[in-house]
Amino acid sequence: MKDNLILYIGILIFGIAAPFIFPAFKVQLSILCVLIVLATTWNIQGGEMGYNSFGNILFYGLGMYLCASVQVGMFFPLAEWTESGGEKTFVHTPAQFFQGMAVGLLVAAIVPTIVAGVIGYSILGLRGHYFAICTLGLGVAAGEISGGIEIIGAGQGFTTPPFPDVGSLDSRGEFFYFLSFFTLVFTFVAVRSIYSTRFKLILNAIRDNEDKAEAMGIETMKYKIIGWMISAFFCGLAGGIMGGLVGYIDSTDVAFDGREMGVFMVLMAILGGKGTLWGPIIGATVFHIFKEGFWTFFLGWQYVALGVLIVVIVIYFPEGIMGWLREKYPERFGEVIDEKDRKAQVELK
Amino acid sequence: MDFMVFQYPMISVQACLDGVLLGILFALIAYGMALQWGVMNIINIAQGDLVILGGYIAYFMYLYGIHPAWGVIVAPIIMFFVGIAIYKLVINKVVDRDLFISILATFGISILFMQLMNFAFGADVVLANSDYGTTMLFNNNVVLPNSKIFSAFISILFAICLVIYMKKSKLGRAIRATAQNARAAKILGVDTEKVYAATFGINAALCGVAGALISITFTIHPYMGLPYTIRSFMIVIVAGLGNLPGVAMSGMGLGVFEEFADYILGTEFRIGSVFLLLVLILVYRRFKLSKKREYLK
Repeated sequence: MKDNLILYIGILIFGIAAPFIFPAFKVQLSILCVLIVLATTWNIQGGEMGYNSFGNILFYGLGMYLCASVQVGMFFPLAEWTESGGEKTFVHTPAQFFQGMAVGLLVAAIVPTIVAGVIGYSILGLRGHYFAICTLGLGVAAGEISGGIEIIGAGQGFTTPPFPDVGSLDSRGEFFYFLSFFTLVFTFVAVRSIYSTRFKLILNAIRDNEDKAEAMGIETMKYKIIGWMISAFFCGLAGGIMGGLVGYIDSTDVAFDGREMGVFMVLMAILGGKGTLWGPIIGATVFHIFKEGFWTFFLGWQYVALGVLIVVIVIYFPEGIMGWLREKYPERFGEVIDEKDRKAQVELK
Repeated sequence: MDFMVFQYPMISVQACLDGVLLGILFALIAYGMALQWGVMNIINIAQGDLVILGGYIAYFMYLYGIHPAWGVIVAPIIMFFVGIAIYKLVINKVVDRDLFISILATFGISILFMQLMNFAFGADVVLANSDYGTTMLFNNNVVLPNSKIFSAFISILFAICLVIYMKKSKLGRAIRATAQNARAAKILGVDTEKVYAATFGINAALCGVAGALISITFTIHPYMGLPYTIRSFMIVIVAGLGNLPGVAMSGMGLGVFEEFADYILGTEFRIGSVFLLLVLILVYRRFKLSKKREYLK
């Protein structure tokens, strides 16, 4: 525990100092934070609960659109803003921008949570293939439908409010970095405290054998919905931040981008190791570095690389980095192999 | 919203006929999906991309001056080997693993194919023109391109051939036995590995036929694969595995639904409505099944 505390403080200090040490990578670091949030929260229902969803992109995109719409709609008419396509007819003052962002993020977190509750009630009774494909359908449907709605820009996209002029040039990068970093810290603390409660054990019971869990008197439906809602809360928050960071929202290429972000979050969690606290974090970091390298050196071939990467990871590393470490150094994970106990178990069998 | 379709009955007739002809094509793709789902317990997300690849084979024949209808014979032969190659490289490693692993692996194949096709054939929407002309019905109020009738006819022909092949041939019997119980089939001397490879190959060949027909009747584009996967998945879950008349009926039903959605909601919501319908069907299925569950009181 003491080691961990030092580790956490070290990471926190590094996180706060990072934008000043690597000023050129501020945007990349912020994206990394958002990716870690997405992977960690996907892991709540994907890894711990065993409900593998391709549809968390729905909450991410919803949060992105909501945050930007609220931020604009609080002060200016939304329809005219999207119609002007980001021309500077309306300009946010700094106070308006930050106020809008705060309220926007709040809405972006809460509405997807409610949506997850409603959708979850309808589809969390599905299992296996059916749930995965259903969520895949949800994500794509949301993208197609939002691409046809005029008020949020339809096919031509939605330009989020530009960062106001508050003096120094670097403040935009720093603002978004610290916003995403503290969201990450908040997510980590929240997820960690969730993982130390009975709730996590219930989720694991659902993953391991849902019928048995139900027979033991656990209201599985209730916990499944709560699990998905927690996931949606952070996905919406991450989406809202990402919308401001990218500065431009398109229905199928940025917000409901099932082909990129929707797969990334699954892939990051699997690469790091499903069902562990640190797995998604390590997975996201490794993946992001790898991806940026690929995207830079293999420009144009990145999706080919992505496709091959998915197949390779899924076939050869289904347990992920954490699973591999665990197999290699079981004692580091607090797994003590007691010879007597093992023999007793073998005899029982 | 546009309700013209209800005010002019001829438009409804047009939509129904278009939908049925389209639906027969969907049913052919769905039959392939049902086959591999039943035999290997795999849902192939790359199904739609195999269809599009088949379409490009026919399109290329058209570019080189061969009539694209010959693609109906050439595409399945090429696609059969493509299917076997995919099986040998990827699918045989995920066949008996977790369900989600196979979905994710085929999703990766889907992205790979999408992008490779984009590089090889460009990102334009293309079609192979067959010059078959049109048929006018009901006092020239309903227009049916002959290519659609041709494609429906060919699909039915292929489906019948396949059903007979499954019933009569040795490999067909082996495939059906493996679908019923893979372990028992293995004990009785069926080489299940070979059966799996053949099943995947046959599925890919069916996709090739359907793709060639789609390139003649409609248009193809490298990124249009996923909707075909979703449609065939939807048809299979509505019809159930191994229920061929059901697959045909629900395929046609989906085709008609799509044509009406196209008229009423507008073309930009066409794909969205397909995906939404999938979600609605699954939700309906979940509530229907949950009523069947019995509780001890």
